Amino acid sequence: MTKPSPVDYADIQGLVRFGYGALTEASFLLLRIRDAAAARSWLASAPVSNAVALAQAPDTALQVAFTCEGLRALGLNKDVLAGFSAEFYSGMSGDESRSRRLGDVGANSPQYWEWGGQNKEPHLVVMLYARENQLDSWSQAIRGPHWDDVFDLVDSLPTSNLFGVEPFGFKDGISQPAVDWEQHRHVKDDELAYGNMVSLGEFLLGYPNEYGKYTDRPLLPASGETSLLPPAEDKPELHDLGRNGTYLVFRQLAQDVQGFWQFMDRQANSDPQARQKLAEAFVGRKQNGQPLVELNDQPIEGIDKEDAAENQFTFDSDSTGLRCPLGAHIRRANPRTTDLPGAADNVFSRLKHTLGFGETSYGQDVIASTRFHRLLRRGREYGPALSIEDALKPASPDDTGRGIHFISLGANISRQFEFVQNAWLMSSKFAGLNGESDPLLGNREPIPGCPGTNTFSLTQKDAAKHHISSVPQFITVRGGAYFFMPGIRALRFISSAGQ
Amino acid sequence: MIPQSNLMVMAPVAAGRKDDLRQLLLSMNQAPGVADPANKLLPFGLLDELHFARLLILEDPTLADITTAYKLPTPVYPLYFALLCDFDGPQDTFLTKLVGCATEGLTAIFEHCEGFSRGVDLLTWIKQHHRQPATSYANWLGRSMQQVREEAALRLSIRAWLDADNAHLELSPLQLHNELSAYIAAEQRAGRLSLTPEPTTPIIWELRNIAHLIAVPLLLLLLSPLLILYAPFFVIQLRRREQADMEIAPRPAFAYADKLAALEDHDVTNQFSAFGSLKPGLFRRWTLIFILWVINYTTRHIFNRGRLARVTTIHFARWVFLDNKKRLLFASNYDGSLDSYMDDFINKVAFGLNVVFSNGIGYPTTNWLVLDGAKDEQKFKYFIRRHELPTEVWYNGHAGLTALDLQRNTLIRQGLENPGMSDSQLQQWVQLL
Repeated sequence: MTKPSPVDYADIQGLVRFGYGALTEASFLLLRIRDAAAARSWLASAPVSNAVALAQAPDTALQVAFTCEGLRALGLNKDVLAGFSAEFYSGMSGDESRSRRLGDVGANSPQYWEWGGQNKEPHLVVMLYARENQLDSWSQAIRGPHWDDVFDLVDSLPTSNLFGVEPFGFKDGISQPAVDWEQHRHVKDDELAYGNMVSLGEFLLGYPNEYGKYTDRPLLPASGETSLLPPAEDKPELHDLGRNGTYLVFRQLAQDVQGFWQFMDRQANSDPQARQKLAEAFVGRKQNGQPLVELNDQPIEGIDKEDAAENQFTFDSDSTGLRCPLGAHIRRANPRTTDLPGAADNVFSRLKHTLGFGETSYGQDVIASTRFHRLLRRGREYGPALSIEDALKPASPDDTGRGIHFISLGANISRQFEFVQNAWLMSSKFAGLNGESDPLLGNREPIPGCPGTNTFSLTQKDAAKHHISSVPQFITVRGGAYFFMPGIRALRFISSAGQ
Repeated sequence: MIPQSNLMVMAPVAAGRKDDLRQLLLSMNQAPGVADPANKLLPFGLLDELHFARLLILEDPTLADITTAYKLPTPVYPLYFALLCDFDGPQDTFLTKLVGCATEGLTAIFEHCEGFSRGVDLLTWIKQHHRQPATSYANWLGRSMQQVREEAALRLSIRAWLDADNAHLELSPLQLHNELSAYIAAEQRAGRLSLTPEPTTPIIWELRNIAHLIAVPLLLLLLSPLLILYAPFFVIQLRRREQADMEIAPRPAFAYADKLAALEDHDVTNQFSAFGSLKPGLFRRWTLIFILWVINYTTRHIFNRGRLARVTTIHFARWVFLDNKKRLLFASNYDGSLDSYMDDFINKVAFGLNVVFSNGIGYPTTNWLVLDGAKDEQKFKYFIRRHELPTEVWYNGHAGLTALDLQRNTLIRQGLENPGMSDSQLQQWVQLL
């Protein structure tokens, strides 16, 4: 393999490296291009924030990402677009097969979406971040006087600052992969320990991924225009439109906070402690973020000391789900499995497990290895906060609703977001379970041979599992799209394309 | 125990009849990729012992790869139609039943094939056109459809009993076992449940199986001096080819991939049919014959209890040589999406995929037969999708039940019928309920 070159932070949009937590105000403008030439010139001069670390966080930030339609509208030709991944090319809601796999059926169907479904697909998203009380002026400054001649607004998504707590009331955004910016990671065929340090190429195109390979992306032959682009590390004769860019998965997830707590309350016969405990079992963490399983004694690579109290754990110590239910949200979203579960670091043990002779009881080694399926999450909450007490009262008629703008970054939509969504979150068969999907995100739709996926099972000590049935749908997809968030040079290339 | 058997009726499609045949096949579906169990041609639902069936046209879009990679003329093969079934009991019994309930439908289908005409003896014709797989795999040797159905009903019944009264959830494992044993026995007496005792294994099958169990290692032992002598030459021949063979793994056309995806994920289980040509020459052919022969031994005698090496999601699979062993068909039934299936291929059994499919034209480059290859994730996924065929008709006799579900249900039943479980066995057993 070619020796990795150091990362050029100035060529990467800042969101890949930073969550912009200090910039507590944000809004996302979903736009269609009205005038391509004007849009290109706006893009060419837009002050898009890069990933260079500053002494202190900036006051404002701007990020831009495009759908495939958007790149087409800007004049990128078909051959270039076909170099992107098939998922991006067809779009999140572009075909029924994909919707079926993602669980975007029933109430989640794209036909009901507020944006991103048919006829409402944005060309680009402009992401604005600012410190408190500065968003309006930042937004004015960014848009300039002729904005409305350049873009049509599909939707403007406001966000709210809930201080790191998602609308159900749980601390959010705790588990994040550590990105190997230094490119020190040397991937092995079989990683026997769960690690949180993940190859740069999982989150940025143009770098080696967890397989030690370069993910496909558009590589263009040298010409006048493409000289703007960096060369491809693996094929230096070609220019890399993907390098330092990534895919951005955006889903607007409406959360029925009343429905959530009222259900917990009914199940708990209005006992506040039992209610709390049940909600925490659904999530797999306490409200303050503390995991339900015990922490590991040993550190985990890629998890800092300050995150240890919330993240230094795997589920190995809780294989029956006694502490954290097998189907709890955090087990599904990040099962923390290794490449060869149970194997010790010697040839005999490796061979035994590789050939499938290492498992002694039902349900062992049935979850895929986690490191190939990580998501770098950059979402923001929206809507007003609602306390548990208020959530237990009937909804007020002028309530505007609330939820998360789920945003995840990754170099391979199908292996990362779609896999996690399909095989782990929505699957009614995750970890050998049956008839249940993610307790928070599940759509509860029936599947063949199985009338409902609306159960949640709780392991009990020395007794049969307790099944909670008829769990309602708590989260509904209200919009979504796949975007490409280019590197800065690629953005310049895009804004000069088609001219 | 009732051993499982398989059937693959294959015949060339008569000239000019391909499109008609495809239309006829599609008329058997209730939705794309999902057969109607009561369709008029082959009423699968009437065949109690049938686990899986598929009907497809083996149209290989990669035939010209041999020209691309080896500058050899693109061969002309007949276009085949194939009907594949996995079922319980001997083939003869199944065939008699199949022909009995679908004479008209089978005739209508086979009329699109060469060498078939109304009036030929259907049963004989089918037997003549059966292709024996080089390797076949069944997730759980001896688990019959009857057992699948009875154990699924058992689980539902137990769960309903547990959910009916919270006191049941407080019983100790031993109490629970006692109470459930009594309850299930009563349900059986009332005719609401049945748990048919395991039938005796046919003696002929048993003897042949033992003979096979012994004969293959014995033969390997006898051959071992030759194999050892040949090994260095084999390695040289292999390495030379591995370094020279061309990879052909472009991204499949979006439209082709979309067409395949439209047939998937309607059920928790999916079908997979892939087809391709072996690399030219005797070396690859004999290597693959030998490897599939060895793998078949392992699937028959070792990997027959829920796992194919580490993979727990495959119900049935088979590898079938075609056209003088110059082509290979792979057909499987697996749980989850194609992405998770390929994830298993790459991350769990890449070595197994490599030893077989690296003998196929265009496969991502392997080293020493087992290394790399499928580990080139993206190329491998493209290769797989490119060689996959649309399965026109697919029937699953136990929709909604994964191989793990079936295993759990069997373990629940085994535990229920075992009065002498230790404490730790009882603990594990209650977790399954």
